[in-house]
Amino acid sequence: MTSLEAAKAIKDKFGDLISEPVEFRGEISLRIAEPQQIVEVCSFAKSMGFDYLVDISSLDNYGDDPRWTVVYNLRAIVNGAEIRLKTDVREEKSELPSVIGVWRSANWHEREIYDMMGIRFSGHPDLRRILMWEGYPYHPLRKDFPLAGKPTDLPGVAFTRVTPMEGGPFVTVAGGNDSIAREPRVRVPEDDEVELNARVEARGDNKAMRGQAFGPGPMEKK
Amino acid sequence: MPEVQIIDIGDSAARASQAAEELPDMPGERMVLNMGPSHPATHGVLRIVLELDGEVVTKADPDVGYLHRGDEKIAENMTYTQFIPYTDRLDYLAPLANNVAYALAVEKLLGVHDKLPPRCQYIRVMCCELARISAHLLGLGAFAMDTGAVTVFLLTFTEREKIYNLAEAASGARLTTSYTRIGGLMRDIPPTWCGQVKQFCDEFEVSLAESETLLTRNRIWVDRLRDLAVVSKEMAIDYGLSGPNLRGSGVDWDLRKNQPYLCYPDLEFDVALGSVGDCYDRYLVRMEEMRQSVRILRQCLQQIPGGWVNDAQEPVSIPDGKITLPSKQKVLSSMEELIHQFMLVTEGVNCPPGEIYFGHENPKGELGFYIHSRGGGVPYRLKIRAPSFINLSILGELMPGCMISDVPVILGSLDFVMGESDR
Repeated sequence: MTSLEAAKAIKDKFGDLISEPVEFRGEISLRIAEPQQIVEVCSFAKSMGFDYLVDISSLDNYGDDPRWTVVYNLRAIVNGAEIRLKTDVREEKSELPSVIGVWRSANWHEREIYDMMGIRFSGHPDLRRILMWEGYPYHPLRKDFPLAGKPTDLPGVAFTRVTPMEGGPFVTVAGGNDSIAREPRVRVPEDDEVELNARVEARGDNKAMRGQAFGPGPMEKK
Repeated sequence: MPEVQIIDIGDSAARASQAAEELPDMPGERMVLNMGPSHPATHGVLRIVLELDGEVVTKADPDVGYLHRGDEKIAENMTYTQFIPYTDRLDYLAPLANNVAYALAVEKLLGVHDKLPPRCQYIRVMCCELARISAHLLGLGAFAMDTGAVTVFLLTFTEREKIYNLAEAASGARLTTSYTRIGGLMRDIPPTWCGQVKQFCDEFEVSLAESETLLTRNRIWVDRLRDLAVVSKEMAIDYGLSGPNLRGSGVDWDLRKNQPYLCYPDLEFDVALGSVGDCYDRYLVRMEEMRQSVRILRQCLQQIPGGWVNDAQEPVSIPDGKITLPSKQKVLSSMEELIHQFMLVTEGVNCPPGEIYFGHENPKGELGFYIHSRGGGVPYRLKIRAPSFINLSILGELMPGCMISDVPVILGSLDFVMGESDR
């Protein structure tokens, strides 16, 4: 089965949902009119032998409506047939179903698109940023994001979670009166709590400090 | 007198109370181990958050992106030719192969990929195979060193040095080669180059055999690799693995054979396949690929059009003023060439509107470029399918159940580069 035959079979199965196959440089592209049905089309394509998801990429048609295009490159390992599926997503919605149930490799591709373009994938089990850090406020591959970047706070010390051992026995506690207080062999959790609460209270403003980035980000103007 | 500032830094005790608030059920038996981002066995800046039960990994969450430079964004803001130096920095262990992959992708968009002069095709193939040997050698050396066999590292790095010298002789740079241009090469190879490649092949075969003696039947090596992190055929395809990792699982897919490009159809070589899909198979596949690369190099040396010295002045670039730069001498003496030079440098190669995907068999796997063009000399969108990125996504599935000392072995057997993964 060649790529063109496969494209025609998909077109026959779904009718008006799928556009006529477009050929450019020997590659076949199909456009899916309704992004909500991407999973059905992909499942059918997989049942036809397209078992290898080469890549998912995304386009920002800035200034046009619909703004987003999501592009799926598929391949059948058995015979080498390849096909490209495209679907347009409107900016107001910015969401389409995840194909992770069809190919597991979609997991990181979809996370990357969410990170870089800000398109969400419903049904994705773990949709978080992948290349940028958690808490980064922008989507850098959008056409309205400047090449030079935008000033952002970098995550500071407060961003990392405390080590799991901290607060347990055999771990040094700063500020104890003597070595036994600083490095107790046995810790009584209740005693620790009383001591810690007293210390936290003495600091007063400590709570307000938590969770904040320490200092301005590198790109912020001084 | 400056005002006295009181700096309040939360001490460990205060953080402990915060921990008690945020993690009420602090694990008693499970321990979270943060491996990376700077750890010698993660080959770059990969971070893996491991959850351990004793010495057994129960959960692994790879965290990538520490080397993210926004290559795809950068590509949208420059001409096709200007992006070539950025491809050096993708898989920085095989810059020559990246150059070829990118040039072929843009040539496919232009529709001239089958018009490349034969000498150019042979030189490009030789560059790709040298890059493959270089990348596999580093992967093998680091893999063996992480597993405790340091000698192999010394052997492979001696050989890699020779490949760097060859890259320098051809392109002028050891690492940032940028050797290809859209429609050809930066320049022809120097007359002594082929002789040096032949000498390298002779020496390398001996050295590879020596490395193999140290590893392939080494009891410790085999015991640590065999039956570890088995990837079945279906799983490899489902996770989109490519390159030696895919073939290690027994999937017969090599883009040089299945979607041939350049002069690969004229060359004889075998595709190495694994049978089990464990770390040992992936190691064996890489070893065999290096031997096949030498075989390809030797055939190229015999068949290269124009011979080693190129007395016949065979071209290495498409003689089309709209695609490749004219010779400097002509630019300064002829009007037409001056205009071509001016247009190419200021506006870039004029590509037609359209979209293409080109996948290239890189040492790490399938390096693909998806280019969406709306005409002109600048891509509207350039997506890089980075094999390392996709190969890493399987880690969360592979690692649970293995021992913590197996983690560097699995990472070594997957052989990734973070520069490519994070782009």
